[in-house]
Amino acid sequence: MPAPIRITLNGAPREFPAPLTFSQLLHDLALAGRRLAIERNGEIVPRSLFGDARLADGDRIEVVIAVGGG
Amino acid sequence: MKLVIAGKTYGSRLLVGTGKYRDFDETRRAIEASGAEIVTVAIRRTNIGQNAAEPNLLDVLPPSRFTILPNTAGCYSAQDAVRTLRLARELLDGHSLVKLEVLGDAQSLYPNMPETLVAAKTLVAEGFEVMAYCSDDPILAKQLEELGCVAVMPLASLIGSGMGIINPWNLQIIIDRVKVPVLVDAGIGTASDAAIAMELGCDGVLMNTAIAKARDPVRMAGAMRLAVEAGREAFLAGRMAKKPYEAAPSSPESGLIQKTG
Repeated sequence: MPAPIRITLNGAPREFPAPLTFSQLLHDLALAGRRLAIERNGEIVPRSLFGDARLADGDRIEVVIAVGGG
Repeated sequence: MKLVIAGKTYGSRLLVGTGKYRDFDETRRAIEASGAEIVTVAIRRTNIGQNAAEPNLLDVLPPSRFTILPNTAGCYSAQDAVRTLRLARELLDGHSLVKLEVLGDAQSLYPNMPETLVAAKTLVAEGFEVMAYCSDDPILAKQLEELGCVAVMPLASLIGSGMGIINPWNLQIIIDRVKVPVLVDAGIGTASDAAIAMELGCDGVLMNTAIAKARDPVRMAGAMRLAVEAGREAFLAGRMAKKPYEAAPSSPESGLIQKTG
C-alpha cells in the first residue's frame, strides 16, 4: 500500500490515500458538484483537469467558494 | 443613457453587496427590491466538512440572472488580490468583470493605492475587466483609468461607516477628469447620500452595509433604488443656480389685493 499523501488543505494539514485526483479529493470532502475553484501551490487548477490531475505530497491546496460580501 | 461598463449595458445604476444579511432569504429579497443587476461577492475558503445540502450564495443569486462581481475584500497586497481574482474567474466560468480592492489599514480599511495600481496593471494584462475601489484622489483615479480599468470607484467615506459623502469636491474633480464610469463605493449611509452622489454626476453607486444594516433592509433597498433614480434624474435635469444672497418670490409680485386700513 503506497504512503498517504500529506497536503495542506485550506491551511490545515490533511492525509489522503494515494493516488489522489482532484475529483477524488472533492468526493472525499463531500464537495463534488459544488461551484468552487481550486488553487495548488499558488496556481489555478482548471476544472477540466480535476479528473486527471493528481495531488502530490506537500501540495498546498486552497478550495474557495463565493460568499456574501460588499 | 444607460450605464455601460466594459461594453455591457445595465438598466440599474445601483450596485449592491451581498454581505451582512441575516440569511440568504433576506439577501435575495433585499437585492430584488434594490433592482440591482450587478452584485458583489467575496471569495473565501470553503468549510471543509460542511453540510453538502447547505445552500450556496450563487444558487440564490444565479449568474444567469445577475452580473456577479467578485471582490478582493480582505486582501492587503497586490499578489493576494490577483490570486483571489484568478480563483474567482475559474469559479465563475471565465467571467472577467471584477472589483479590485487592496486594503492598507485594518482599522480604517482605507485602500492601499500603490498596491491597487500594481494589481490593476497585472489584472488588465491578464484580460480582467477591472472596476477599482480607490481613494478619492483624482490623480490616482486617472492613473487607474490609464492602466485600463473599466471603472473607478472612489470611496464616499470609510467602508461600512455610513458617514456619507465627506468630500464631494474631490468626487466632482474625478467625475470631470475620468472618462470611464465613476461609481461611488463605500460610505453611503442612507438614501440622501446616494441621491447626492448621483446629483454630482456619478455613473452609479455601490453599497452594502447601508442596506444590510438598516432596520428594514428590504425597505431600505427600495429606498436606495428610488434615491439613485431621483439623483440621476436631478443631475440630468440640471439644478437651479444657488443664490445665497438673493431671495426671489415664486408667486407674482403684482395683483395683490388692496391693503386695508
